[in-house]
Amino acid sequence: MSVDWFLVVSALVFCIGAGGVLTRRNPLVVLLCLELMLNAANIALIAFARMWGNVDGQIFAIVVMVVAACEVCIGLGLVVAIYRRRLPIDVDELRELQG
Amino acid sequence: MQASAWLILLCPLIGCIVIGLGYRVWPARVVGALGTVAIAAAFVFAVNATLHLQDRAEDQRQVVYTAWDYAVTAGVDAKLSILVDPLSMFMALVVTGVSTLIHLYSIAYLGGDRGYARFFAYLNFFVFSMLLLVLAANFLLLIVGWAFVGAASYMLISFWYRRTTATSAGIKAFVINVLGDVGLVLGTFFIFKQSGTLDFLGTFAKAPQVFPKGSADITAGCLLLLVGAFAKSAQVPLHTWLPDAMEGPTPVSALIHAATMVTAGVYLIARMHPLFERAPAAADVGAIVGAATLLIAGTIGLVVTDLKRVIAYSTMSQIGYMIMGVSAGAYVAGLFHLMTHAFFKALLFMAAGSVISAMGGEQNLDKMGGFRKAMPFTYACFIVGGLALSGIPPFSGFFSKDEILLVMGEQGGWKWALYVAGYLGAFLTAIYTWRMIFRAFHGEAVEPARDLEDGHLYHPPAPFNPASGEEEDVEVGFPGPEHHIAERAMPMKAAMSLLAVLATIGGVVLIPKTTTWLDDFLEPSFRGSSVVANPDDTLLVIGLILGTVLGLLGVFVAYTIWVRRPGTSARWVERFSFLHRLFVNKWYFDELIDLLVVRPALWFGRWGQQTFERVFVNNALVGGPSGIVRAGSAAVRAAQSGFLRAYAALLLFGVVAVGLYFLIQSA
Repeated sequence: MSVDWFLVVSALVFCIGAGGVLTRRNPLVVLLCLELMLNAANIALIAFARMWGNVDGQIFAIVVMVVAACEVCIGLGLVVAIYRRRLPIDVDELRELQG
Repeated sequence: MQASAWLILLCPLIGCIVIGLGYRVWPARVVGALGTVAIAAAFVFAVNATLHLQDRAEDQRQVVYTAWDYAVTAGVDAKLSILVDPLSMFMALVVTGVSTLIHLYSIAYLGGDRGYARFFAYLNFFVFSMLLLVLAANFLLLIVGWAFVGAASYMLISFWYRRTTATSAGIKAFVINVLGDVGLVLGTFFIFKQSGTLDFLGTFAKAPQVFPKGSADITAGCLLLLVGAFAKSAQVPLHTWLPDAMEGPTPVSALIHAATMVTAGVYLIARMHPLFERAPAAADVGAIVGAATLLIAGTIGLVVTDLKRVIAYSTMSQIGYMIMGVSAGAYVAGLFHLMTHAFFKALLFMAAGSVISAMGGEQNLDKMGGFRKAMPFTYACFIVGGLALSGIPPFSGFFSKDEILLVMGEQGGWKWALYVAGYLGAFLTAIYTWRMIFRAFHGEAVEPARDLEDGHLYHPPAPFNPASGEEEDVEVGFPGPEHHIAERAMPMKAAMSLLAVLATIGGVVLIPKTTTWLDDFLEPSFRGSSVVANPDDTLLVIGLILGTVLGLLGVFVAYTIWVRRPGTSARWVERFSFLHRLFVNKWYFDELIDLLVVRPALWFGRWGQQTFERVFVNNALVGGPSGIVRAGSAAVRAAQSGFLRAYAALLLFGVVAVGLYFLIQSA
């Protein structure tokens, strides 16, 4: 099977993720979409690894998963903290760091 | 001898530090004793060093001792070194000797003053600075000593710091003295530029090679040195601070503004004589300014009514003689006059202090009179000082003044004008001196004098500032809780008696055709001087007779005007009202300086503050860059919206744009 198909799937998933990040306001969904983007990247990495017959890409994919897990941990922790302080669960409302 | 020479400097310094650090601890008695003993010890060491110096062969009598080097590299030789030679020892002896007596006098005179310890610490510091000035073996130390005495003078003039008149007089003195310091430093640069050494002896040795006679560098250098000398020695037109300096306590006037500091200019010219002889134009300027000063000060002295200011103008006038003398090559004569003047002028100031005490702080001659019976000792001191000042034989001033004028006459040419000016000045000197004495001691006895005759002291109803007349608190300022007059205070009496003796017999060191002690003593310092004094006998006799006659005539005129025919002076004031106005207003020098220097400086300062600083500095220099930064940061701040999704979009589009760019590039 040609690498193109894998890349098409990867691009589709990435675009869905990016679109979600840009359009959704719930931080949970934003995090979810971020995961989609990361996994899209993973698909591309593994596809290229298969194409070259080289395991480096797969190792990268595992590293990305670790990073994604960490990021989700922190992200969910923040969401829980926001919820506990009874702040709005909405990224547009949370803009205290405005310049 | 080396130890003695350094101890001359160290004693006053240690005295100053000990008194200054312990001013809360030491009782007044200890402070006075410490201060006086420190200076007396310096005097003893100076005598010791001088005796050792005399033991040496004549051509070995210029010794330089170096304690350490500040910086000795190519082209600079900055050392802490002192020069022991007859000239510096002569000055050290005069300074420490007179200072010892004035310290003794101050013990009583300042008794009861709140700033007693402060006064003695300052006074010791002054003596240290003055000794540093005269003992310095290089330009660097000379400048340091020069600036130190200016600072000491400032502190002592403003000693009674609650008096605004005193503090402003101190500031005036300091500013004019700093002007002189600048002149001295710039002059040193001109000399150093050619000689390449800061050392005096090295510079003098090189002078004939590096300074062609009358060359631009040496003339400029010497003229700038003269600026320093004029400011320190109160010569026209930098003299206006000296009369104001009389705001200081009377011992300060006696020590600094009569006997020692103001003669530093004379010392400077005498010390730099190998340079001045290579710059005849500068030396002539010095001689002319000296002559002008002695006449101008003499005329002002005729009309001033403040007792201390009369003596101050007299000091200016006498220093005019000295500056004229040393500038024209009469080094020994000028220094001789410096010594005798230190004796009789310190004596006159001390006697004036006694009178002022008796008057309860009042210094106005108009309010004095008839103190002759009340204060016979002070009167006697005034007579001795007055006779010496007016140059009546055999008192000391007679010999020294005529010695200077003799050299003027001998050189002839246009210096005859200076000769005439000198004798005219001598006549004026006799008149204003005896005017002062007759007005204070003769005539009808005023209330303080009558009180004193009855055996008790006069106290003014309320303490007041003699300069402005306003009331003041007695905690800081004379007259303090007690008055001290010479008749009753032993230390004052002792100091004045000694000075009276010195003022009487001080002339014996250089009597024409009889003694040449001072000449012989100072000869090693002035060896190689191109000015050879070889007066002819006729001139000598004429000078001596002229001096005596003019002095006596002056006394007689003063006696006629102020004692025999009272009221004459009022008639003369009316007849010569123009001259009187000119003299009373001190030849309008204060106004002239105000117009030429002070007001332009103030205007420039205001312009700098209001126009230059506000418009140029604040708006353009400071406001410009800060405005740019502020505008830039406002633009950046607007991007920080806080919208997470906007950031994400920007990031995404940015990455896409970069990706597209590289794709297009590679295609």
